[in-house]
Amino acid sequence: MRRRDSVLTYATVAPFAIVLAFPFYWMLMTALRADNDLYDIEQVPYKFNAGSPTSANFRFLFEQTDYRQWLQNTALVGLAVVVITLVLALPAGYALARLSGRAGQSLGVGIFLTYLVPPTLLFLPLSRVIAELNLSDRLWSLILVYPSFTVPFSIWLLMGFFKTIPPELEDAALVDGASRLGALARVVFPLSIPGILTVVIFTFSLVVNEFVYAITFISSSEVKTISAGVPTELIRGDVFYWGALMAATLIPAIPLALLYNLFLNRFIAGFTGGAFR
Amino acid sequence: MATVARATPEDRRWQDVLEERRFLGPLLIAPAVLFIVALVGLPLGLAIYLSLTDATAGSLTGDFVGFQNYLDAWDSENFRVALRNTIVFTLVSQAIVLVGAGLLAHALVRNFRGRWFFRFLILLPWAAPVALSTVGFLWIFHSLYSVVNWTLIHDILPGGGEFYPYRAVNWAFARDFWPAAIQISPIEPIDPPQWLGEPTLAKAAIIAVHAWRILPFATVIFIAGLASMPPEIEDAAKVDGATGLRKFWYVTLPLQLPIATVALLFGIVFTATDMTVVYVLTHGGPFNSTHVLTTWAFDTGINSAALGQGAAISLYLLPALALVAILMLRFARRVEVT
Repeated sequence: MRRRDSVLTYATVAPFAIVLAFPFYWMLMTALRADNDLYDIEQVPYKFNAGSPTSANFRFLFEQTDYRQWLQNTALVGLAVVVITLVLALPAGYALARLSGRAGQSLGVGIFLTYLVPPTLLFLPLSRVIAELNLSDRLWSLILVYPSFTVPFSIWLLMGFFKTIPPELEDAALVDGASRLGALARVVFPLSIPGILTVVIFTFSLVVNEFVYAITFISSSEVKTISAGVPTELIRGDVFYWGALMAATLIPAIPLALLYNLFLNRFIAGFTGGAFR
Repeated sequence: MATVARATPEDRRWQDVLEERRFLGPLLIAPAVLFIVALVGLPLGLAIYLSLTDATAGSLTGDFVGFQNYLDAWDSENFRVALRNTIVFTLVSQAIVLVGAGLLAHALVRNFRGRWFFRFLILLPWAAPVALSTVGFLWIFHSLYSVVNWTLIHDILPGGGEFYPYRAVNWAFARDFWPAAIQISPIEPIDPPQWLGEPTLAKAAIIAVHAWRILPFATVIFIAGLASMPPEIEDAAKVDGATGLRKFWYVTLPLQLPIATVALLFGIVFTATDMTVVYVLTHGGPFNSTHVLTTWAFDTGINSAALGQGAAISLYLLPALALVAILMLRFARRVEVT
């Protein structure tokens, strides 16, 4: 019985894993193959033929394209957006969880619903606003706009998180003479490090992912982020650098996937928990 | 509950304001709310305003034209195609996701060797940036060097390789019963299927990419739902003799319905409002046959600079989003009850 169960489990999981992970295996295979091996329909694509494996594609990507600049831009925007998100979402999430009772709950749900308003509805008016503010083609435009979708979700995540910290701890600090904000800084926030880390990673990954605003606001190659730069700058007419392209798509995916695995349970709580519990 | 008599001094200093729940709460929430209103609420209002004017790129205002933009959009052939595609892509991909995630979650919720590794593989599509993994699919569906076509030609369809799985199927099931036999015509290596160059195949490719990227997300939510099922219910079902499909139908499914609906609604929003997959994979081609509302709004509003038109096209999504929001609140309350 148990044996049959485990066979069935593997028989279900393995085909899904193969289909879901295949594109990444394929990116790796392509990134490591030489051009004369890649562009030859006679060669078996599942193995390395003459000239492969090679690091030429990675070298090309980092030395001949703006990829390094895009990584830098993405990191910069990500960092700035993480800071803004934490500054806005931490106090709000805490207050909604603790201080405002029933009304806070409704306000929290309202804030969460704004997460459902997608960038594809807002990019047209925002493109005009950004132009009026003279921010077009500057990273500041992304830094200003990205928190609009990271803050609502982060508030929601943190609200659920703060609810799991017993209020008695703060009361104890208050009794010991701490002010309310002091209790917040010295008792609550140290306990919320895991929740804060989750928000940091989720925010950062949303920034790396964002595409619509990035191609609407930014047009110069050296100001782009990776999600916008790779599809718009490395694919040009008929000149495709597929080896380098696949290296470019694989590099950000792996660290993000590892982080997602570590923080998976908290992400799930963000989507289903909070007021859904 | 113990009530403590609290002295409230007449002369309150600024410091004390911060101690008062009545003031501290709104003070902590206000910055975030103001920011969201400024960057989500106002732009949404601006989008609605623009959709009622003939504004073009370069100006924020235009002449008021009433619902003309909505009517013009509705009359255009490309808009109809985009609307139909948005609906079809969303429904078909989410149907695939529901079935796939249901199967996968039931297997992954168990404890087995290598679970962490499998989970890592399965989560990859969700963690990777969409624009970049779609570029990966551009290469997988390439007109000349598509690995899908190479595999079909060399390993699956007749035509020059040595491993044909369909033969085993025919051998096992249909040797003497010809209607069930799998009949496949060979494809020519010099004229393989153009996955992104032929309207029907391009639509199938887009649906596949959407299903591929949402499946991991739905799976992890399903797993969370299954894991939160109280063990007593499992025991009760066992005592009552419910096993296998019966247990799934009468016990698991009703209990999982609210959380599964939340996953489905998120999936619908993520797919219907997404622009990235179609923009990168086909850019609406071939012959404008794969446009969705979002890419058509982008082409109209940004590339053709008809800001008002573009805003009207994208706002056709709003009623659907409002409906999803209402349903989500409904089901959120239901989850709360259980």
